[in-house]
Amino acid sequence: MSRSDATAGEGRIRRARFGSNVGFVFLAIPLALFVGFILLMFGWLLQNGGGVLSWEFLTSPPLKGMTEGGIWPCIVGTLLVTFVSLVFSVPVGICSGIYLSEYAPDNIVTRLIRSSVRSLAGIPSIVYGLFGVALFVNAFRFGMSVLASGMTLGLMNLPWIIATCEEAVSAIPSSFREGALALGSTKWEAIRRNVLPHAFPGILTGVLLALARTMGETAPILFTGVTYYTRQLPTSLLHKFMALPYHLFTLATQHDQVAKVRPIAFGTALVLLALVLAFDAIAFAIRLRITRTNTWQV
Amino acid sequence: MADQTRIAIDRLNLHFGSNHVLRDISFDIPSNAVTAIMGPSGCGKSTLLRTINRMNDLILSTRISGRILVDGQDIYGPGIDVIELRKRVGMVFQKPNPFPKSIFENVAFGLRIHRLGNQHEVRRRVEEALRRANLWDEVKDRLQESAFSLSGGQQQRLCLARAIAVDPEIVLLDEPASALDPHSTTRLEELIVQLKRDYTIVIVTHNMQQAARVSDHCAFLMLGELAEWGRTDQVFTKPKDKRTEDFLTGKFG
Repeated sequence: MSRSDATAGEGRIRRARFGSNVGFVFLAIPLALFVGFILLMFGWLLQNGGGVLSWEFLTSPPLKGMTEGGIWPCIVGTLLVTFVSLVFSVPVGICSGIYLSEYAPDNIVTRLIRSSVRSLAGIPSIVYGLFGVALFVNAFRFGMSVLASGMTLGLMNLPWIIATCEEAVSAIPSSFREGALALGSTKWEAIRRNVLPHAFPGILTGVLLALARTMGETAPILFTGVTYYTRQLPTSLLHKFMALPYHLFTLATQHDQVAKVRPIAFGTALVLLALVLAFDAIAFAIRLRITRTNTWQV
Repeated sequence: MADQTRIAIDRLNLHFGSNHVLRDISFDIPSNAVTAIMGPSGCGKSTLLRTINRMNDLILSTRISGRILVDGQDIYGPGIDVIELRKRVGMVFQKPNPFPKSIFENVAFGLRIHRLGNQHEVRRRVEEALRRANLWDEVKDRLQESAFSLSGGQQQRLCLARAIAVDPEIVLLDEPASALDPHSTTRLEELIVQLKRDYTIVIVTHNMQQAARVSDHCAFLMLGELAEWGRTDQVFTKPKDKRTEDFLTGKFG
């Protein structure tokens, strides 16, 4: 190698190193901005709504035209309707996901179904809301109720749960299935003993993320069961209910003393955010644990 | 006893879609001996092996004609229970594929799905299988550890123990040593020779020296056709087919 080659080589390395640093900066800045923005939002919410947070606020109903009191019925309503949605979407979603991954033949029909599931996951939630009115409120005669809202949310959830479940199951190495089949297990035994136990954390993560998303949805419950104010907690699935996201909407835009109830609105937003983040955090912790213990993923 | 036919392959043809993978193959695999299926990469030897326990059934576009007789019974005939067949014909794959369970549970897997024996009986059979696979002494104090803590060679012997725990008559080995280092390969080869007393063994290999070391009979496959088969010493010293001779003398491969 001649001397000029060597200097050319050095120059190339210097340029590459510079390029690499520039690349790093350009990738890091947007991330820093994003994180900063989120922290800012949190701080802002805390500053404005932190003052109203108390045990009292969490456990008592709204009082005096919602200018005082707490948000207990909204917390109950949100958790209840989310639970009802999962009762419908989790069994159907998991079974469909397993079927799509393990049993469905690879043909034009299943490919169509698969892409439909993906597209359904992207449909605006207000469309599910309108569909819920037509189907559950009117056709099934559930009226505006926990049941109608829960099923509407369940329908909205379903594509997410199917897709994440299918991905979790497909991610299990095929050698686990083949090994079991070669020992004379049936297809179902191979899936039940050698696939599902290892796919379970992934499925659970998908369900928790769907749950977190469901809790914050307003549009699907708007016409199907949520109400501005009710004195009682729902004691039947056919009752109307209050919910955190709708309560927030009401306080922020529909109340006749918007300025007065603003701290309560911020407090509601904080509680909703905390609930969503709590479930996201559980999902994250589970994911972290699998990537640590999945020794086959080398 | 000697040279009694265990598996008879009779005019076997196999297609994957429009791809004619195995062409009119007929030969016999004797009982209690090691039969090697040799040939260059892509000649269909793994596919041929997997017809014997019907693992190709998992590939939807597979079409098969001809017969494979195991103990005189056509395994592609009507009334054959594939589950029962795979219990009788065990298999070890090219890449060690232990399950993400403990060493003990790996070997017990087949016993559990076939409900062979109570807890005590399962323990006994797991130990026996591990002893036969020459692995017992290395793992007897760590049976509850993950199977992934074993070395590659140990994992492959574990897979062999897992296959023989359900007491098959035939054991299929699909290039079992291709992912192993030379020392582990030697140990595995010694084990294979030992095991032929109790089992009929069919091994796929692209390594001629390995075929020469372990097998009593061999079949030589070229582009989906059977070029030659017979006793290993005869095929290696006096090949009748030009293609076999070229392969053995290293003209290609």
